[in-house]
Amino acid sequence: MLTGTYVPGRSLVHRATPGLKLVLLAVFLVPISIWQTPLLAGVSAAVVLVGFAVARIPLRYLLAELKPLRWFLAVLVPYQWWALGLEAALQLLVGLVISVAAASLVTLSTRVSDLLDTVQRGLQPLRRLGVDPDKVALTVSLALRAIPVVRDLLHQTLEARRARGLERSPRALATPLVIRTVRHAERVGEALAARGYDD
Amino acid sequence: MASTHTSTPSAPARASAGLTARDLALIAAFTALMVALFPVKLAVAGPTPIVLQNLALMLAGAVLGAKRGFYAALLFVLLAVVGLPVLASGVRGLAVFTSPSVGFVVAYPLVAWVIGRLVELRAPRVSTWWVIVACLVGGILVSYALGVPGMAWRSPKLTLATAATYSLQFIPGDLVKAVIAGVVAAGVHRAVPGLLPAPRPRRTPTSA
Repeated sequence: MLTGTYVPGRSLVHRATPGLKLVLLAVFLVPISIWQTPLLAGVSAAVVLVGFAVARIPLRYLLAELKPLRWFLAVLVPYQWWALGLEAALQLLVGLVISVAAASLVTLSTRVSDLLDTVQRGLQPLRRLGVDPDKVALTVSLALRAIPVVRDLLHQTLEARRARGLERSPRALATPLVIRTVRHAERVGEALAARGYDD
Repeated sequence: MASTHTSTPSAPARASAGLTARDLALIAAFTALMVALFPVKLAVAGPTPIVLQNLALMLAGAVLGAKRGFYAALLFVLLAVVGLPVLASGVRGLAVFTSPSVGFVVAYPLVAWVIGRLVELRAPRVSTWWVIVACLVGGILVSYALGVPGMAWRSPKLTLATAATYSLQFIPGDLVKAVIAGVVAAGVHRAVPGLLPAPRPRRTPTSA
């Protein structure tokens, strides 16, 4: 499961409802996305750091959240520097890091299940458009449950590929993995149908 | 006609949103495939690691067809926007919409839909080269048509032309992925018949 990111706590930030946090995050992201001035970047960074302090979430969690960005930035920033100059490259870097840090504060202080409940409630008005929030929620939970299953299938398939001496063949990895994933899904579908889901 | 035999275990009759339990399970499984595949990076050639995430996206369209592929990609984007660490770029939460890659991410559902639609045209007997064509149209044409303007929009000083030049470095990787997706999807359709919705009924087959 993808629950490893939640840092338990009883702070003001933790207790705020997920909906409120998402709205505040959206509001926060607007200025930093439009005006990329150093002053605004400084203020925004300070706001995020204060948020982490209030939530009492150690900064090493923040660093862990930002770490996956390194490949993306390693490709994008040098290009921006070369094409548009250092200033533009720094604006991009700072803006993106602050935005992801702010988003991380929300996910670190909110349980995934609470976030998804909020999304489910948020989708209610879309019923008129034919969106079925319960169906969305069911599919989300099926997907979250399927992630570790697919990871297992990936490792099984990697081992099988090694045993066949085809380490370097992407085809010997992807084809069996996808077939196994499909078969898993069909079993899940049968189980749901057997419990009367389609009736 | 032996090839029209389907392995559909549940009768797909219900259609509240037109999605059966089997459809939901397949959608969820391909969303999971996109998530599970992102740590897998292949360093093949050049400075850019090939990320397998959009290979999974191509496969969602090519294996599941337009509708379910669209929903699988949409669900994936929803997970990213809610803040789960699912995108290979590391961008998450609402920051997805302000990142330079916004166009590429927003294009995901459309990419899967276009690939799926094209593949369905040749269902149930899908050839490798046809899936490759579908992935080139969806995974490159559609993806970059939204991705490049998105990048130019998010970096005010980047023009469409410079954003396009920058994106060129990913094209070789995408070509490779389109070929892999073609080989894999065609193989999957041979192994598991009946995955794609039947094409528009031309004539009822004689065998039941």
